[in-house]
Amino acid sequence: MEPIRTFASKTIVLPIDNVDTDQIIPARFLKVTSKVGIGKHLFADWRYDAAGTPKADFVLNKPEAQGAQVLVAGDNFGCGSSREHAPWALVDHGFRAIISTTIADIFRNNALKNGLLPIVVDAATHKKLLAAPGAQVSVSLQDQMLTLPDGGAIPFTIDPFARYCLLNGMDELDFLLSHDEAIKQFEAKM
Amino acid sequence: MTMQPRTLFEKIWDAHLVKPPTSETPAVLYVDLHLVHEVTSPQAFTWLRDRGLQVRRPERTVATMDHSTPTTPRGKDGKIPILDKQAAAQIGQLETNCKDFGVELHALGSERQGIVHVIGPEMGLTQPGTTIVCGDSHTSTHGAFGALAFGIGTSEVSHVLATQCLLQNRAKTLAITVEGKVRPWVTAKDIILAIVARLGIGGGTGQVIEYRGSAIRGLTMEERMTVCNMSIEAGARAGMIAPDDTTFQYLNGRERAPKGNAWDAAVSKWRTLPTDDGATFDNEMKFDGPSLEPMITYGTNPGMGMPITGVVPTPTNATLEKALKYMALEAGKPLLGKAIDVVFIGSCTNSRMSDLRAAASVFKGRKVAAGVRALVVPGSQQIKKEAEAEGLDKVFLAAGAEWREAGCSMCIAMNGDQLQPGQYAVSTSNRNFEGRQGAGGRTFLASPYTAAAAAVTGKVTDARTLVGG
Ligand code: SF4
Repeated sequence: MEPIRTFASKTIVLPIDNVDTDQIIPARFLKVTSKVGIGKHLFADWRYDAAGTPKADFVLNKPEAQGAQVLVAGDNFGCGSSREHAPWALVDHGFRAIISTTIADIFRNNALKNGLLPIVVDAATHKKLLAAPGAQVSVSLQDQMLTLPDGGAIPFTIDPFARYCLLNGMDELDFLLSHDEAIKQFEAKM
Repeated sequence: MTMQPRTLFEKIWDAHLVKPPTSETPAVLYVDLHLVHEVTSPQAFTWLRDRGLQVRRPERTVATMDHSTPTTPRGKDGKIPILDKQAAAQIGQLETNCKDFGVELHALGSERQGIVHVIGPEMGLTQPGTTIVCGDSHTSTHGAFGALAFGIGTSEVSHVLATQCLLQNRAKTLAITVEGKVRPWVTAKDIILAIVARLGIGGGTGQVIEYRGSAIRGLTMEERMTVCNMSIEAGARAGMIAPDDTTFQYLNGRERAPKGNAWDAAVSKWRTLPTDDGATFDNEMKFDGPSLEPMITYGTNPGMGMPITGVVPTPTNATLEKALKYMALEAGKPLLGKAIDVVFIGSCTNSRMSDLRAAASVFKGRKVAAGVRALVVPGSQQIKKEAEAEGLDKVFLAAGAEWREAGCSMCIAMNGDQLQPGQYAVSTSNRNFEGRQGAGGRTFLASPYTAAAAAVTGKVTDARTLVGG
């Protein structure tokens, strides 16, 4: 994976609480054996009508949303099913960070493994961002800092090890594999 | 040296640390049992292949097919036809992967096939004190046995396949105590729906729940599984119940449970697992068993639930407003009497023998209402066999319900069973998210009694008034 350091982007805002992974990608699109091209199914039931035509009023379809890499969502983003297809779809679509007040456990884990930053902010910052779609923000993983258009710097926390892996383009599996000896010893005692 | 009193969770956590966490790295946690299904595993096996890795412990890995598999009745050749090409390819991929990597597979239609969280306990694979993971959020079900069991993503599936370990940060603990005797017709499903309604869909985030108290102790293993199953519906990492004689009785004699001396040794070890007196939890919550009612959901997440006799609440926020709009429900109105189109009895929450018996007790001598489609889907091939031996299939069929092969079916709508846009369903499954049971479909979650009562009346019905509470 490419190392991540800093990036700047405008935001798009999805002011809905408890966006579950069934909304992020409905189950009928999980009958795949790879993850190539999965972004076209992102938010499928909110984004397209029954005939597959994009719904003009859904935020992802608006002209001003094109190219946005930061999604500001309501509370408790990513709850429900453990499907990693959810971060795959978000990343494939071009997102690099999700901002919310809480992010569900399994989704957060899955996101970090795919270079998608789960950024948890306080309620006041959240409110400000929800009210300002298209705001130009910058995200520094190195400094764990979100910079707002008004210059406000909002610290956030990413799990230290996941952050280390992302900064260095390192794979968590390599780290686990490097514990082979310790695992053997553990198994010998079982 | 006296040991600090510890919770059930802490004991299992400590016993599985290959490496404790440091300030820079998470713990390396050993996984005793890895359950695999067709939907969240193909990419993980591909990554193993790409990197030339093997499955480290095939004997600790068990696969089945449940999510994208059809549950339609078998053809004349005894086979279950797979009409969906994509699903067929995914199912075929699991077969190839299991063959190539030497993983035990319970393939579609075979004797032991079924929903992954149903077959683990049924075979006796799910045991107290173990760590169990699966690429599926309802892995929390297995916590009913006093195991630490949780869902993981596909990257983590590849980690466990390759190393039998996971990188984990320690969760917080939440004790949920339900004291007293629940009233007749209040099932395990109602208990957990009440808990999720109070906690809210995100209320358990970052925490492992231990369910305690006399109402929990009084539950059978099947009922305990129903409770633990929906822990994730409050966002919890896992849910667990301390093992006791009920647990041991359930496990004793199951094919994969220890036998003879090994059984005795296992039971004495398991008896040391329950939370010590004086151990503390990060958070606690209490429920009064006798005041719980049969529950039903009205909204688009499992936390939007109420007693079945209640009225749809008035929205106080945009989320609830959106939910009621999707459900086309009016605030202030009761759900009782609301006409429904489909009833689904099944899923890893409520597809075991006791659930089917409860449903059958309502269907018996009654007919599915005109215009209503009722599906009864056993959780496993074993349950199907047992139910048929008891004649439950005859009860369902005589009532005009469909009796299916084992699988996830209409819980997830990726296998041919689904709601049509705008339809209402009363469902014994665990999620009522928008479109979960089919794009545009609307789901009321409830117990098998409530679901069966809706099937025969064609509307949301309090089973107590139908059968006589
Ligand atoms: S029955 Fe439903 S919730 Fe359970 S494993 Fe299958 S799809 Fe998931």
